[in-house]
Amino acid sequence: MDNLLILFNAPILSVQLLIDGLLVGAVFALVAYGMALVWGVMNIINIAQGEFVMLGGYVAYYLYRAGIHPLFAIPVAAVLLFILGWALYRSVIYRVVDRDLFTSILATFGLGILLQQLANQLFGADVHIVPSGLHTWTLFGGMVTIAQIKVIACVFALLIGIALIWFLKRSRMGQAIRATAQNARAARIMGVDTTQVYATTFGLNAAICGAAGALVAMIWIIQPYLGLPFTARSFMIVVVAGVGNIGAVFLAGLGLGVAEEFAGFTLGAQFQTAFVFALLVVILVWRRIRLARQRRYLS
Amino acid sequence: MNRTALRFALYLSIIALGIAAPFIVPGIRTQLSFLWIMIVFALTWDILGGQMGYNSFGNVLFFGVGMYACVLIQQHSGLSYFPALFVGIAAGGLVAVAFAALLGWGILGLRGHYFAIGTLGLGIAAAEFASGWDLIGAGSGLVTPLYPGAVGGRETFFYFPCFILAIVTFLSLRRLYRGRFRLAINAIRDDEDKAEAMGLHTTLYKTVAWCIAAFFLGLAGPLVGNLIGFIDPRDVAFASSSYGVWMLLMAILGGKGTLWGPVIGAVVFHITQELFWTYLLGWQRVALGLLVMLIVIFFPTGIVGWVRERWPERFGQRVDEQAQRTADQ
Repeated sequence: MDNLLILFNAPILSVQLLIDGLLVGAVFALVAYGMALVWGVMNIINIAQGEFVMLGGYVAYYLYRAGIHPLFAIPVAAVLLFILGWALYRSVIYRVVDRDLFTSILATFGLGILLQQLANQLFGADVHIVPSGLHTWTLFGGMVTIAQIKVIACVFALLIGIALIWFLKRSRMGQAIRATAQNARAARIMGVDTTQVYATTFGLNAAICGAAGALVAMIWIIQPYLGLPFTARSFMIVVVAGVGNIGAVFLAGLGLGVAEEFAGFTLGAQFQTAFVFALLVVILVWRRIRLARQRRYLS
Repeated sequence: MNRTALRFALYLSIIALGIAAPFIVPGIRTQLSFLWIMIVFALTWDILGGQMGYNSFGNVLFFGVGMYACVLIQQHSGLSYFPALFVGIAAGGLVAVAFAALLGWGILGLRGHYFAIGTLGLGIAAAEFASGWDLIGAGSGLVTPLYPGAVGGRETFFYFPCFILAIVTFLSLRRLYRGRFRLAINAIRDDEDKAEAMGLHTTLYKTVAWCIAAFFLGLAGPLVGNLIGFIDPRDVAFASSSYGVWMLLMAILGGKGTLWGPVIGAVVFHITQELFWTYLLGWQRVALGLLVMLIVIFFPTGIVGWVRERWPERFGQRVDEQAQRTADQ
């Protein structure tokens, strides 16, 4: 509550929180877009989404350790994670694509635990930072600081999102992906290799998460257990925005970023993760109550 | 000997073994207590997950809530050890039921994967709140009061409540699954809209089922808390990544939607865990993730489901052998 008073006494602080939230929210939106893609095309909710983000972050960390500037880690993480996503589809996910939703949720949940604990064993449980070596701008006489890397992260997130939309609209594979999303059976009849489409979609999602992970490593921290909050964030963004609506996903991502910054400041940093998961529950319940009035339910 | 007598003999021998076990093999009585708790975990998860088709990732919430309620009463009530413990365990069950009833109103209206992820969020949110809230010890946890008896007496003392809880849970569910309740929750699993159209109060049944699961978990929480002697919000009370995952893993491994499946799954999993887990040296949780994936993908029917498919005639399902042969050809 004390922090809330500070916020009232120094309104300029809320500008700080707002800017931070918007910049971080773009990265959330990027991860959520990957989840929406897999959900819409393959009808799978990928619980291991956040683990891909975490792995992307470790790619950035190890490249930084090797003396390479972490910004170059973004494409590297994307390529490596694409390969991982592809391989995971070919080995695990293809077995659950046409099974019921709970099987796929449980399977990706198991996959998430597996990746998280593998990272814990291989990379250690320590929290790492990946300094980008960039500066911060100060506004309002030092009251508001903007880290340049956050702006760059936001720009990159936007660029990746635009590139992805372009890919889906224009390229041959993108068209095949959209056709499969509309009707997988009809697409198969028309000669679309849906297995290939699914594998590409899953790889693409992993690549998006990997790139986002490299950004997260630079603006925040990296540790093996940061995955699940990202899964929760993307899930609630997609629930609020809908699976097929990229603009809404972006706005919801920004909104979540801002909400989280304000909650983290007023409630205290120790409650920020709790806030994310509690918000997830609240959003789900709120959506279902709204729908229940029309005798409908979330599905 | 007919089937009823055989079953009676089986139950009697399990009870006799259960009572005698801590005296025959006193070295592993803590592990045996956990075996009974695991059976409670798997059975209560299966009420919703198996019988009702509502796959919950967050049942560990009730376990943790019960544990915290009991230990807070033990610490602050001012009663002496045993009355406080007794009141605390009872309060644990009641508080868990209250939580289930309140949350059920909002959460149980979610279906399918929304329910699964909503409960996942619930379990983790509870853990994070508990580890940030100073009044209940925050991240450093709570310590249970010291057992007043002799050293080593605590393990023996807490073995029996665990054992009784498992037996009572099993028998209650056995009784419950005999009647209308099981038909109702199975109908919800098979097609909730149709069940509602047939005039079932689905919301009521769902909430009651969740409350039953919460009650037994709320009783199990205090026992585990006192058995371990220390409550950590993330690793003991709201341990989504261990107990929370084990619950559903054991129920699916044994065969969800059956009465004996979760029991068998719990026993198999717990024994495997106790025997081999220590050799994995920190790779246990990696193995756990792998196990979840493998069981879900390759063995979704579970042990009991597999046995039923293999020998259907033992379970009262008649197999037309001639039709079978024609089908094989």
